[in-house]
Amino acid sequence: MFRLLLPLAVALCLGLPGFAQTLPEILSLERAKIEKPSRQTIGPVIDAITATGDPAAAALLRAWGDRHLGLRKSDGAFFVIAPEGAGWALTAPDGTSAGLAAKADVTELKPNAGVRELIAAALVQFTLSDPDPANRARALDAIAKSPAASQLEPLRAAIAGETDPALKTRKERLDTFLTLQFDPDSAARIAAIQRLEGDTALDARGALNPLLLTTRHAATALPSDENIAAILPADLPGAYDLLVTAGLAPARLTPKDQKDALAAHLRDGAVAGVPLADLATQSGRDKAYEALEQSGAVPPAATDAEVAAALKSHVFYDAYREKDKGVTDAARAALASIDTKVGLMTATDLGLDALSLASIYFLAAIGLAITFGVMRVINMAHGEFIMMGAYTGYVVQQLIPNYTISIVVALPLAFAVTFAAGVAMERLVIRHLYKRPLETLLATFGISIALQQIAKNIFGTQARPLTAPAWLDGQLAFNDIIAISYIRIAIFVLALAFLAFFLWLMKRTRLGLEVRAVTQNPTMAASMGIDPDRINMLTFGLGSGIAGIAGVAIGLFAKVTSELGSDYIVQSFMTVVVGGVGNIWGALAGAAMIGGFQKGIEWLNPANTLAAQTYMILFIILFIQFRPRGIIALKGRAAGD
Amino acid sequence: MQFTRRKLLATVAAALAAPMVAPRFAFAQEAPIKVGILHSLSGTMAISETTLKDTMLMLIEAQNAKGGVLGRKLEAVVVDPASDWPLFAEKARELLTVSKVDVMFGCWTSVSRKSVLPVIEELNGLLFYPVQYEGEESSKNVFYTGAAPNQQAIPAVDYYLNELGVQKFALLGTDYVYPRTTNNILESYLISKGIPKEDIFVNYTPFGHSDWSKIVADVVALGADGKKVGVVSTINGDANIGFYKELAAAGVTADKLPVVAFSVGEEELSGLDTTNLVGHLAAWNYFMSADTPENAAFIKEWKAFIKDDKRVTNDPMEAHYIGFNMWVNAVTAAGTTAVDPVIDAMVGQKFPNLTGGVAEMLPNHHLTKPVLIGEIRADGQFDIISQTEPVPGDAWTDFLPASAVLESDWKDLKCGMYNTETKTCVQLTSNY
Amino acid sequence: MSRSFIARNPSILWFLASLAVFTLVITVLSEGFGIGLIPTAFVKTLGKTLCLCLVAVAMDLIWGYTGILSLGHMAFFAVGGYMTGMWLMYARTEEIVVQALASGPIPATPEEVAQGVTTQIFGVVGGSDLPAIWSFAHSAWLQLPLVLIVPGLLALVFGWLAFRARVNGVYLSILTQAMTLALALYLFQNDSGLRGNNGLSGLQNLPGLGHVSQATTSILFFLASAMLLALGYVLAAFVISGKFGSALRGIRDDEQRLRFLGYPVEGYKLFIFTLTAMIAAIAGAFYYPQAGIINPAELAPIASIYLAVWVAIGGRGRLYGAVIGAAFVSLLSSWFTGGMAPSIPLGFYTIHWVDWWTVLLGLSFVAVTLFAPKGIGGLFDRLAHIATPARHGAALGPNDGALQEKEAQE
Repeated sequence: MFRLLLPLAVALCLGLPGFAQTLPEILSLERAKIEKPSRQTIGPVIDAITATGDPAAAALLRAWGDRHLGLRKSDGAFFVIAPEGAGWALTAPDGTSAGLAAKADVTELKPNAGVRELIAAALVQFTLSDPDPANRARALDAIAKSPAASQLEPLRAAIAGETDPALKTRKERLDTFLTLQFDPDSAARIAAIQRLEGDTALDARGALNPLLLTTRHAATALPSDENIAAILPADLPGAYDLLVTAGLAPARLTPKDQKDALAAHLRDGAVAGVPLADLATQSGRDKAYEALEQSGAVPPAATDAEVAAALKSHVFYDAYREKDKGVTDAARAALASIDTKVGLMTATDLGLDALSLASIYFLAAIGLAITFGVMRVINMAHGEFIMMGAYTGYVVQQLIPNYTISIVVALPLAFAVTFAAGVAMERLVIRHLYKRPLETLLATFGISIALQQIAKNIFGTQARPLTAPAWLDGQLAFNDIIAISYIRIAIFVLALAFLAFFLWLMKRTRLGLEVRAVTQNPTMAASMGIDPDRINMLTFGLGSGIAGIAGVAIGLFAKVTSELGSDYIVQSFMTVVVGGVGNIWGALAGAAMIGGFQKGIEWLNPANTLAAQTYMILFIILFIQFRPRGIIALKGRAAGD
Repeated sequence: MQFTRRKLLATVAAALAAPMVAPRFAFAQEAPIKVGILHSLSGTMAISETTLKDTMLMLIEAQNAKGGVLGRKLEAVVVDPASDWPLFAEKARELLTVSKVDVMFGCWTSVSRKSVLPVIEELNGLLFYPVQYEGEESSKNVFYTGAAPNQQAIPAVDYYLNELGVQKFALLGTDYVYPRTTNNILESYLISKGIPKEDIFVNYTPFGHSDWSKIVADVVALGADGKKVGVVSTINGDANIGFYKELAAAGVTADKLPVVAFSVGEEELSGLDTTNLVGHLAAWNYFMSADTPENAAFIKEWKAFIKDDKRVTNDPMEAHYIGFNMWVNAVTAAGTTAVDPVIDAMVGQKFPNLTGGVAEMLPNHHLTKPVLIGEIRADGQFDIISQTEPVPGDAWTDFLPASAVLESDWKDLKCGMYNTETKTCVQLTSNY
Repeated sequence: MSRSFIARNPSILWFLASLAVFTLVITVLSEGFGIGLIPTAFVKTLGKTLCLCLVAVAMDLIWGYTGILSLGHMAFFAVGGYMTGMWLMYARTEEIVVQALASGPIPATPEEVAQGVTTQIFGVVGGSDLPAIWSFAHSAWLQLPLVLIVPGLLALVFGWLAFRARVNGVYLSILTQAMTLALALYLFQNDSGLRGNNGLSGLQNLPGLGHVSQATTSILFFLASAMLLALGYVLAAFVISGKFGSALRGIRDDEQRLRFLGYPVEGYKLFIFTLTAMIAAIAGAFYYPQAGIINPAELAPIASIYLAVWVAIGGRGRLYGAVIGAAFVSLLSSWFTGGMAPSIPLGFYTIHWVDWWTVLLGLSFVAVTLFAPKGIGGLFDRLAHIATPARHGAALGPNDGALQEKEAQE
């Protein structure tokens, strides 16, 4: 409301004869406000500047909004500034060049976003029909951000002359929004509202919802001049407070007020004849207060019966702020048609999020599905292999500044680094512990904390940047609700690629055959001429290498720190165990279930993401009770023990 | 079995002897003044706290170059509480009883401070705490040189309300005490400003959270009722990286949906590509981009000390800078390093801020500080777009009913938790 | 019975005697009761170490003797700590609140006291109602038994579910780890009513003992911890002696065979799981008042893994090994991270132990599992001349580290 009235008031002020000023006059008069502007106070100044009609005003405002306005310290004159060498090139507001100035001699003006919004709104009238489409687009942005009744006419006038079809559509859309809000003609508003039926875009809902704002009231009888949204039952929570604020009933007595009143009437160790010791209970206090009430020393407090009676004798209702019933009815109908669609789309978006989370878990767990699932080796250092991959990505990016090339280099390099690390670990440690799985757990845990600390010592504890190339920036938005960032899509594709790779490797290659043979019966495999040592080493290296690539992907979408791996290790084990050990489809099912379940709980309890993770793990623990071998359990001899 | 005992005793002896046989500098005739530095050098918090340890070493070195304090050299005693909260209490006790330090500078998280509090109150130590925190606490033995909520959170929200015209708030935080309390205070402040409760969306995420898509989508969807939405982020540490990356990916620009952060400074931004975050906000009492000669000198000294031209400075560093210099002045004024006279001399100490103006130590052991709001630039620095007059820090917020009646005054009332209604001191020790 | 029990286990006497001498020496050297040579901070460290030794004994029972690598016992330890912590915190705060309210003109009602306590405890984390789980915290008689009951029940339910479903081996380890993580995440939430990340603090100030110095309380706690360790050790030694102990070792070495022989394996496992959880909880209940603060970071999964590592380094299947391992590693750890270990200059690089200690620790696990599966306890085997007979063929069971050869002779 304030925003609507302000320009009006200013316009009135400026309309007074003799008030018109020239641009230089305003600038020198309002220098302090322009130098340190606040949205609260700068409105009149901006309006005064636009009201001068000076052709330089628009250029000046634009420079100011773009933070290209400077104040020369020596004489306090304003200039449009542009970087020139080590200093600024100055241009006076009237367009004449004023030479160069050192950076230290000019104060750059940095209006905040609120002020910039006002400046942009003021510029609308100059740019709505500007020859440059970019400027016209900016004017439309400004209208969308701060719609005002005064914009309705200029906007309508500018639609016909618009040549750019995209801008024309936007202008028409904005016209709809402005019409439904500000048009004096009720029928035009309803028509505009009906045009938005079924439109799920955020701005459409943003335009419709304010029409349905309500305020809550209490009254002795229903008023006839209000556009009533709903009549409320008298037992609604806070109803009595509503009466108290409306001045229709006395306030209830709070324990604190009671205590203060008693303390004020404390005489000779007793209050109204009740000894002090008895006041250590609530009933004693009530008794003393009643005694005081009867003696008239304190005002009577509302009793429960009085409260009930007061509630009964009043009505409570929500009233629309919009007085026009036709408009609110149309808006409600339009929103009802939108809401079902929005609900469906939100569910779809949640599904996409779940899919994305599942693909991240799957990617983190796929290496583990090989080392743990196939070889039954508990590798607690798996998370640290993920971390090593992420750091490899970071180091490569330090050496190769081009983000695209660096990612292309980093992926195979991360594989190579973690493959080598995995092979080294298998040869040096795990090989000796194949018969002692619990001890593998401990030894690899030792390696895990050592690697984590070494990473800290080398790279520091600060998170390191790993930036995705520009073509992975942004998101694939189907509409305002369903959207998914490209980086998540990339991770999803990567996860699918690895699934395919894994299947191909295990089912279609000699190596896969040998791996399966060694897993099922090492002795028999060895007697068939397969070298189990070599196969174990390669399998382990492969699992570790994939973890490294997962590290690059995870680093791209989240962060690179030495603790990156430990964030994923428990989830990864869960994924493999829940899904079913020894089967890649199991890991996939596990990841899908964990991701989906977690998003589901997040949806149920949006205020607390931590709870989602907690209940997800509890659910897994319970799930394993009923399917100890996971979703996809191996059967027969392959299951082993 | 004797082996056990011998081994244990050997460890005991070694542990006892070690701190005593470590004389670092031996220049002054008189025994040096010992300054304990209680910052984690390992574990999750090392990321932030190591910088503060280095800052303290730099300040101590500079002070020694100026001739020390009271004619005595300063000696830093550095311990590593390893981001382990009980260890903070243990190390504080060790610093006070074994190393016998005269003053301590340290802690970052609130929980570490709460862990240390009983120990320093019991042993009458002195601690300077340099980080913005949730308030609701006042200890005789602690000087809070970071911002209280009214020096960071409230002005930032005022900026939203007054300058950006935000009508709907998303309070996003990491699930721990600072965001919880700050959001509580903000919620009741906003309600007092006429924002209805249903227009305040609150979400808590775990430490190091990385999957932000759902939350960012939720926040964007808040705009559906046509009100201007602003995000107030008390998200801590690493989690910010994923959060800002998701914001950037979702195309949430600052003019559509501004985010003001209370825990994101120059140091945190150095782990991020900020080109997509230009225009988002942070509220602090200090920005590295502050244009004053003191700040330029401080930055130069820091870069020379750390031998890295790319290192940034941040708000808690300034807090230590002010706190340390005030302590030096208070010790000089009191003529002793004994804790009680120094505490008395601290109140009313003034020292120039790095951002201009003068900080003053108040009787409630908080500072007056200007509040700065900065917009993120593409180079990871901040454009200061708003700087208030110095705001006196308030230990007990006025916006929660339980603490509105409380006051802290260690000068006249000699009480950190004084109930102004009943005119009594609730308790002398702080609550932990 | 008792005589023969001790006679069969001479190590118990040795252990108790060493522990007695050790506590005596520390008490005499302490500030609280002796000549003040040992600072209070170190007495606290030693007291806490004794509690860690006790939980290590419990871990040895379940892992070294029964072969269940539980990665959840530090969670029980912390839950025990939380249970005492709730009472300590409530009672201490109540003292303050009662004192503050007593200065008013009107005496306080019990509701006001309770409300005051709530504001004090939860004002910090922005709450104003006392959560339901604090219902018993006002009374030591109601709250302190929960130290045993809550972790005991938790272990019983979890164990029953897991053992019934025949989850064993590494699966069980991962499942216990998941349980620990879930519990930690749950406690991290503010809504859980235990002050979230802040946890419970100021536990070293005992209610009613405000006037007693920390030097004195630290020694009292130290002595209590020593007593507790002695009791726990004897109890553990008793459990593993006799038929019951043999059955446990049987489960470790070949669970299937034991089941086939008709033993109710699940019952045995459930009993030992619950018993050790309760021992761990008691240890925690004494540990955290000495540490002063408990928060959910204490029950991060890594803590339980460290516990396993202490036992492994000390030597599995030997109770004294667990004690030695816990004491040795945790004291060494605090020595190294305390910045007291001298740095090693290498010319091009200086090794600061604060940075490199964890690396050393990690690599030493690997070394111990690979080269010395018997841990430090293996040294005692040498002293006691328990030589591994020159046998050919397979080891006795999957856990190479355990004291199987000696047991086999019995």
